[in-house]
Amino acid sequence: MTFDLGAIDGGAVAAPPRRTSNLRLLWRDRLGRTGLILLAISALMAILGPIVFPFDPAQVGANSASILQPPSLTYWLGTDELGRDVFSEFLAGARISLFVGLMATLISTIIGAGVGVISGYFMGPVDGGLMSMTDFFLVVPALPLMIALGAIFGQNLLIIILVIGFLSWPRTARIVRSQTLSLRQRQYVARAKSLGASDFRIIRKNIAPHVMQLIVANTILVVAGCILAEATLSFIGLGDPDRISWGSMLHFAFVSGAIGRGAWWYFLPPGLGILLVVLAFTLVGHAFERIDNPRLRGSA
Amino acid sequence: MPPLLRRVLVLCASIFAVLTFNFFLFHIIPGDPIRLIARSQRLDPEAVARLRTTYGLDGSLPEQYGKYLSNLAHGDLGYSFSLHENVADIVGRALLNTLILLTVSTLIVVIVGIAIGVFAGSRQGTRSDSTTVVTSLVFWSLPTFWVGMLLVFIFGVWIGGLPISGITTPNAVYGNWFQYISDIGRHLILPTLTLAIVDIAFFVIITRTSLLEVMGEDYMLTARGKGLSRRTMVWKHATRNALLPVVTASVLYISALVAGAIQVEVVFSWPGMGLLMYNSVMARDYPTLEACFLLTSVAVLVANFCADLIYRRLDPRVTVGT
Repeated sequence: MTFDLGAIDGGAVAAPPRRTSNLRLLWRDRLGRTGLILLAISALMAILGPIVFPFDPAQVGANSASILQPPSLTYWLGTDELGRDVFSEFLAGARISLFVGLMATLISTIIGAGVGVISGYFMGPVDGGLMSMTDFFLVVPALPLMIALGAIFGQNLLIIILVIGFLSWPRTARIVRSQTLSLRQRQYVARAKSLGASDFRIIRKNIAPHVMQLIVANTILVVAGCILAEATLSFIGLGDPDRISWGSMLHFAFVSGAIGRGAWWYFLPPGLGILLVVLAFTLVGHAFERIDNPRLRGSA
Repeated sequence: MPPLLRRVLVLCASIFAVLTFNFFLFHIIPGDPIRLIARSQRLDPEAVARLRTTYGLDGSLPEQYGKYLSNLAHGDLGYSFSLHENVADIVGRALLNTLILLTVSTLIVVIVGIAIGVFAGSRQGTRSDSTTVVTSLVFWSLPTFWVGMLLVFIFGVWIGGLPISGITTPNAVYGNWFQYISDIGRHLILPTLTLAIVDIAFFVIITRTSLLEVMGEDYMLTARGKGLSRRTMVWKHATRNALLPVVTASVLYISALVAGAIQVEVVFSWPGMGLLMYNSVMARDYPTLEACFLLTSVAVLVANFCADLIYRRLDPRVTVGT
């Protein structure tokens, strides 16, 4: 039996080819379009930037006159407290910040969707146990926990990604669970069951695809949260010392006293970069929410 | 089982889970915690044994766990090796300072945020509504610590005029209580402003969304049919109902509030739990870090419990059932 059981129910599922029309709706939404454009700019910056303007962390200034230099033709965004080029450092930071944010979101979405689907599909004690765990992680303050874990397990990129990813899933799990609960009541799930489909097959064929469509908005907002979390952790001084992100740039700007010396070219760009990327994901995420819930429309 | 008792039990279970989690976190540090504490590979066995006893790391794991719980029950949070003082004393002082900061900023954030949210939501589709939404989304996307850094630059370096560090002026002599309090008040301005700039946006967005949902309800149509004025409709009928989801959402805000406070305290050297946590990370002072994490988590669990009670009190519908 190779045909998609979900297709039998056709009309009742109300799932027309949504993906393309979603993107079109997003483009029609003024804020969504702004977000998409900002996203494209950030992606370009992170992918091409370090190739065109490679950052060499070892290339430190020769003498004290070369540190914290204001912007000039040689150094478009001046130099940092070690006399390195802030502009190429900024581009290298874009790559790390986006990479950590996306990877952490991937982990968080896999865990969240997994816990949510299993919990909502099997219900009963499985649901009780998983949701107690979810509620626990939902209320335990994330940043102190991330700081504790980061301080204990050391500072490298993988640890940071894992820590952020493992602490950002509870909301996704909650949303996926409630969607799964309502999906499993649908007729086509009952039909698939009566045709002898296994639980695994029903989840894979009839539940997961629909759930995935519904958590797009949430997932995009999670990226924004993960990028902010990385920036904050790195600012606290728990960033990977070998891989400079925007957050760790701000950490070094802060501890080296760049603010007191008025070196705005050092602490303005990374912050604006974080704002740009987080805002881009937030705008797109909220635009998706408006598409899913028309009552919220009228703001843009 | 009565609902209240059930919630108290859940709270106790959560606190116990945090305690246990905390124990495993700091007692099963990868590698030997003693090596991390001593920051040296070469230690004579006698010194290692002494350090083990000092930090409660001797004996089997269940023994350590028992000792850990009994120490906690006696209010003994260990000894800070970077500050050379009992952690409980350090944390006590820091907690008070954090509470001052959080009380003032939360009051401002919640009141201003809800007011702006209702204002924007009741003018859905207008220019002032869309401006408010866009501004809120931009502000909510700002990293709190960076806003703090900008304010330090503006008010500490560029324009000047406001204190950018600490809770009081160093070596100040106060003639009376009022001077002392107003000095703290002046030091509170920038940290509070930082939290407000970022966090007000959260309540604006949540309140607006919730108000829009309520405005679409049938009873709002009835209210309009009765010929009620716009003001009465929005503030008396819609806002009251719209505030319920806002209370629920505040639970999520508590975690963001803690995160924001940590960052603000670091940037402005506000001597609270956040700065303490930062300093103990820098000094790798595990006993202090452990206590900070434990207390923050328990405080947040208790705050959640209270928010839940308030919610149940406000909305009679939820008391039935669970």
